[in-house]
Amino acid sequence: MSSPSLVASRALWVRLGRMDPRYPVSFLITLILVLGQARYGILGGYDRLAVALGVCTATELALSYWLRGSFANVQSAYITGISLALLIKPRADLLWPFALGAFLAIASKYVLRYRGRHLWNPSNFAISLLVVAAPASVAILSHQWGNDLATNAVIWCFGLLIASRVGMLHVTLTYVACFIALALVRSSITGGPPLAEIAPLTGPMYQLFIFFMITDPKTTVSTVRGRMIVAAAVAAAETVIRTAGDFHVGALSALYPAPPILALAIVGPVANVIDLYRAGRSSPL
Amino acid sequence: MVHAVISPFQRRVAVGAAFVAAIALVLILNRRAPAGDSPVEPQFHLTNIAPEAGIDFVHHGPTLDPKLDNIAPLVGSLGAAVSVADVNNDGWPDLYFTNSRFGYPNALYLNRGDGTFVDTARVAGLADVNRAGEGVSMGAVWGDFDNDGLEDVLIYKWGYLQLFKNMGNLHFTDVTESAGLRHWMNANGAVWVDYDRDGLLDLYVAGYFRSDIDFWHLKTTRVMENSFEFATNGGKNRLFHNLGAGRFEDVTDRMGVGSTRWTLAVAAGDFNGDGWPDLFLANDYGPEELYLNDHGRRFVLSRVGLESDSKSGMSATLGDALNRGRLDAFVTNISERGYLFQGNNLRLNFLPELGRFQQGAEGVITDAGWAWGAQLGDLDNDGRNELFIVNGYVSADRDRSYWYAMSKIAGANGNVFEDAKTWPAIGGASLSGYERSRVLVNRGLAGWTDVAAAVGVTDEYDGRAVALVDLFNRGVLDVVVANQNQPALVYKNAVVPGTHWIALKLVGTRSNRSAIGGEVTLEAGGTRQLKVVDGGSGFASQNDRRLHFGLGTAARVDRAVIRWPSGTSQTLEHLDGDRLHVITEPGR
Repeated sequence: MSSPSLVASRALWVRLGRMDPRYPVSFLITLILVLGQARYGILGGYDRLAVALGVCTATELALSYWLRGSFANVQSAYITGISLALLIKPRADLLWPFALGAFLAIASKYVLRYRGRHLWNPSNFAISLLVVAAPASVAILSHQWGNDLATNAVIWCFGLLIASRVGMLHVTLTYVACFIALALVRSSITGGPPLAEIAPLTGPMYQLFIFFMITDPKTTVSTVRGRMIVAAAVAAAETVIRTAGDFHVGALSALYPAPPILALAIVGPVANVIDLYRAGRSSPL
Repeated sequence: MVHAVISPFQRRVAVGAAFVAAIALVLILNRRAPAGDSPVEPQFHLTNIAPEAGIDFVHHGPTLDPKLDNIAPLVGSLGAAVSVADVNNDGWPDLYFTNSRFGYPNALYLNRGDGTFVDTARVAGLADVNRAGEGVSMGAVWGDFDNDGLEDVLIYKWGYLQLFKNMGNLHFTDVTESAGLRHWMNANGAVWVDYDRDGLLDLYVAGYFRSDIDFWHLKTTRVMENSFEFATNGGKNRLFHNLGAGRFEDVTDRMGVGSTRWTLAVAAGDFNGDGWPDLFLANDYGPEELYLNDHGRRFVLSRVGLESDSKSGMSATLGDALNRGRLDAFVTNISERGYLFQGNNLRLNFLPELGRFQQGAEGVITDAGWAWGAQLGDLDNDGRNELFIVNGYVSADRDRSYWYAMSKIAGANGNVFEDAKTWPAIGGASLSGYERSRVLVNRGLAGWTDVAAAVGVTDEYDGRAVALVDLFNRGVLDVVVANQNQPALVYKNAVVPGTHWIALKLVGTRSNRSAIGGEVTLEAGGTRQLKVVDGGSGFASQNDRRLHFGLGTAARVDRAVIRWPSGTSQTLEHLDGDRLHVITEPGR
């Protein structure tokens, strides 16, 4: 016997599963934005949000019409715009990282393509580029949400729920499991406290990374197994970066501020190209 | 129409070109970022004359309980302080430096008036204060708490506070116990302020670490902040009311000023123009706080635009940044390429009109690295305040940085990094080390320009405290810097001739004798300036109590309005420039 409310909840759950995954993801990132801004003022100015969102949307509309003759759905631009506004932390008075980052993020979808698909998650591409190419102007969010357990818990709960309904929970869990295992390996190599190696997982950069970048359906490979392998490969690449950081390898120092994001920027496109190449070979001509 | 004219290929090429151009623009704009504003020809030059002047002070940081060995260089990277006082009333300002290791003495450099100094701390009884069981010095503030005409000194410590009464003839007596001030605090800032305008200097001391922590006998390693942004588990700040007869009473809770944020610096001034001194707090791991003084009855933590802007406040510097006759506040913060751009804050005071501060930091002023002490003062006598900022946290191995390791825990839950054990070991790595100080010339609404190298400031020491003082009574502000674990610097200023100046020494009668908190608004040559007699400001520092104003080309002052700490107002007209005026507070 089920109560009416339970039935309604189940119906909502089913509808959520059938929905375009961008809608629940949009809901989640809006929730994070509202929560973070209300409790901690994470934006550092509404002008940043306005610029990032405005440029993302305008670029999406302009390029889709210019190249395809019709206006694209702006859900993706919305998610990208908010991701950039949350993750980019430039010098206090600079707005250009939001404007150029937003343009590059959306434009990358139209420029950096292989076999009809874009290769990078848009915000992952733009943030990686800004972090590496503009370190004197741009930093990335490392601590901005109060280091607060309650906020973290809310985001994790909603994030896992939505990742589950959009069919990407296996990516999230694979990455997290690999990260923890590799964190313990790093700890044993460096002799540092294990908690310090695992700690980044509870940070806001990782929440955005886990729920919005590595799970982006548009830039993940086509099979469940493949996606899990890619998630593990990202965690492995990140470990290489982190271990280099622990041993102060100067040549890789540009990668140290944002190891997971840059690991995905390196591994993700390679995996996509391989996946698309294999799909192309196996499909009938 | 457009689609009919331009082929799909051409459109893709156009988008690709725009994409590449945007990447190029990122690179170009990033290269421009550190350059700052347009160059100016500085009208002054600074030369370090510490060795010639006989100032050979080298700071030694604290050694702590071995339980903190993994991050000892971080935790123990405080304590270099400098404060200015004319301890023997000979008209020549003297300098007091603090040391922070057991057995290492503080130094009181007496100004001989001939360009040289001699350390008299041991004779004066102000040297041997860093002892096991008593704690180590973190800074000192001078003020005549008993109005006997002699400047006394409060040494704040990681340990017991110490109040020394100036007995004259360069002799000081420890009166801490009888004053009721023997409290263990882990304090990194203090200010003298007569909050109730009774003519007696009261004392506000800022706790940084919790006061139940004894850094040499730790019971727990859970001593760190519980948030990098909104931490409230720091030491409790305390307000001590001067009862007269050499006694103080802790009125912290009654007056509502017991912030447990991690206050690194505090300054006092009347921000809302009601005649009562307010308290401005620069808090590490949290937003700044302004406690408005409600007629000496209580303080009210006010919502004035500081609440949600959480950074790492390191220094609270007061001054009239834009010649508006207003007391603005400059607060230093942390910036590090790629990792963190918190940006320094220039809090322009619009409290009377808007009830809030407005952010005035733009361009080069925002980023001074891991910035610590700063002072606003007219270094070129043109009538506008320059900014001198020191910086650098831990300078060790140049090729190894702790920033990456610290970033691992920076985003974690607070419970994780509150425990010092969970911090990765710093070893011999640097953390924002070897940074160069900034000297920013004020161009008014046109912004600020960094002229440090051009004026001779090229050191890469880990600066902590800055004090401004006319050391040689020449009518120019010199700069004294206390560096962590490194030698002190004394920058003698040479100003290009052609400008004028005036200095005012206020002597309180109804007000506290040091006139701390007294405000002078001066009009000369069509410009207006405001300065306050300093009871402690910046980070771990205190400027000369004499107020120095540059006048530019004006040879005299049109009008000077003095608002004494007692509330009395006094107007002086047509004061001659290029000299020191001693002004005694008028009687009733």
